[in-house]
Amino acid sequence: MTDVGIGTRATAAAIAAPRGYGTLRRLLRHRSFLIGFTIIALLAILAVLAPLITPIDPSAMRVRLRFRPPQAAFWFGTDQFGRDVFTRVLYGARISLFVGFAVCVVSGLCSAVLGVIAAQLRRLDSAIMRLMDALMSFPAILLALGIAAALGPRVSSVIIALTVAYIPAGVRIVRAAALTVREMDFVQAAQVSGASSLRIVLRHILPNCLSPLLVHLTFIFAYAMLAEAALSFLGVGIQPPIASWGNIIAEGRDYATQAWWVMLFPGIAISLAALSLNLLGDALGDMLDPRLKGGE
Amino acid sequence: MPVILIISILAFLLLSLLPGDPAMIIAGEQASPAAIEQVRRQLGLDRSFLEQLGIWLFNLARGNFGSSLILNQSVLSAVGERLPVTLSLAALSIGFTIPVGVFLGSLAAYYRRTWIDSAVMTVALLGVSIPAFWIAILGVILFSVQLGWVPSSGFAPISQGLGGWFASMALPALTLSLFQIGFLARMTRSAMLDVLSQDYIRTARAKGLSEWRTVGKHALRNALILIITATGILLSAAIGGSVIIEQVFALPGIGRMVVQAIMARDYPLVQGTMLILGFTFVMINLIVDILYTLADPRVRHD
Repeated sequence: MTDVGIGTRATAAAIAAPRGYGTLRRLLRHRSFLIGFTIIALLAILAVLAPLITPIDPSAMRVRLRFRPPQAAFWFGTDQFGRDVFTRVLYGARISLFVGFAVCVVSGLCSAVLGVIAAQLRRLDSAIMRLMDALMSFPAILLALGIAAALGPRVSSVIIALTVAYIPAGVRIVRAAALTVREMDFVQAAQVSGASSLRIVLRHILPNCLSPLLVHLTFIFAYAMLAEAALSFLGVGIQPPIASWGNIIAEGRDYATQAWWVMLFPGIAISLAALSLNLLGDALGDMLDPRLKGGE
Repeated sequence: MPVILIISILAFLLLSLLPGDPAMIIAGEQASPAAIEQVRRQLGLDRSFLEQLGIWLFNLARGNFGSSLILNQSVLSAVGERLPVTLSLAALSIGFTIPVGVFLGSLAAYYRRTWIDSAVMTVALLGVSIPAFWIAILGVILFSVQLGWVPSSGFAPISQGLGGWFASMALPALTLSLFQIGFLARMTRSAMLDVLSQDYIRTARAKGLSEWRTVGKHALRNALILIITATGILLSAAIGGSVIIEQVFALPGIGRMVVQAIMARDYPLVQGTMLILGFTFVMINLIVDILYTLADPRVRHD
């Protein structure tokens, strides 16, 4: 397989980019960073504070109040069991953001470890990369579908399934970055001055692989959330009565023509969350890789 | 190809992920011990792990991908029957995606930092952020229920007339394309920006070539290399996305079959289908790699 290409040059530029205080200041002046960060932070706060914001139990059924359209008492209306859609979307945010974040963190850690191992221990390189190639031959959502189905319908299976599906891309990125950094003068200098290989990896190689990985993980957060919604929509993800954005849409779908609000609002919530993360990812990519400037 | 072997083993391991006794899970919770025993023997689960793996690989080598428990047919023929639906969905959506995505991306790059760029990039961003299955349901409500332009679900084979086929496929393919168009437009834009800042573009302009020739021929041609790389990802996204879209539109394709198989605990069918798709993507990636080498003489395999 060809390793030459997109990844390497982009990461080389990213590595050469200035880091630290200046980057943070520039980020705060970056429009899409600000928009993206504000939206996702707001959603996260709403998710965490959900029980304080709405006194209603997300699964409390009140049959008398079914299919109420959006109004002052029920901002997003009610569903076929008379449950408050606003409350369910807020509680859904907890699950969806948690799954996205967990996948992001776990797959990030695994990618960093496997990627650096592949780059440093050349004997393991081809074994690791062939395994990644094999995992990458399945469309991510299909791989996740298969694993989630086999592990059974639980939050943890969704996280495991999506983590496995998204590790290969991360490993490729870390490996490409690590291979570039390894050849740089300061690493060679550290080697010559007698630093141990562990120290070189931890102090020099790993930190310099983090910025391309960080950009990638921001997008993975968005993808994982979209994929969780899709899995829950198909019925192999988060199971009712626990509310997740995907399964609210799935339940609302049957009544979409009479009660459009049930499926409309969770969809807007997913789109907003994914949009903000994509904006963040673009902004980070812009900042950490000056070669691709031209955004805004 | 070691990758093919690894994929085969991974697909085999899928069954062993099942917590507890696979035979009992497949037979169902209320099954009698005799029925469970029968499933166990039928799937060869009474043999040792290595024996099972050996049998699995031996069968694969003979082109036997196992057989479905619910469909009463082999995995290969079940997939073959549904392949035209999934393929025509994927092909139609990629047919929408490539011209639109490349055009939008080039437009944004050419008019960078203008309102055109912002508008196109906003659309592209929405495309990669909005869940396809959600927009698909909204599309059904608008175009089928309200306007009655297209049927809301079902598949009309191409052999029964092009018009009916297109009507049944247009909305699913279009909703499937949104993500891909966004993805491709973003990718094309950054590739074009890269190319447009190269010296040979300045040379082309300096020697008096028309803008059309400079951008349309010199720049786009070089950006195409990236687009070839993208097609592998696009195909993967199209097939992956069709799993969900087929469910929304009740299209009898592979994706719908896999979901039904999962619900019915027909794990051999899931396993076999995943494997066939995995093999297909290995071949696609191989072809993309070859095309890439042909398109860009700078890339050579070691």
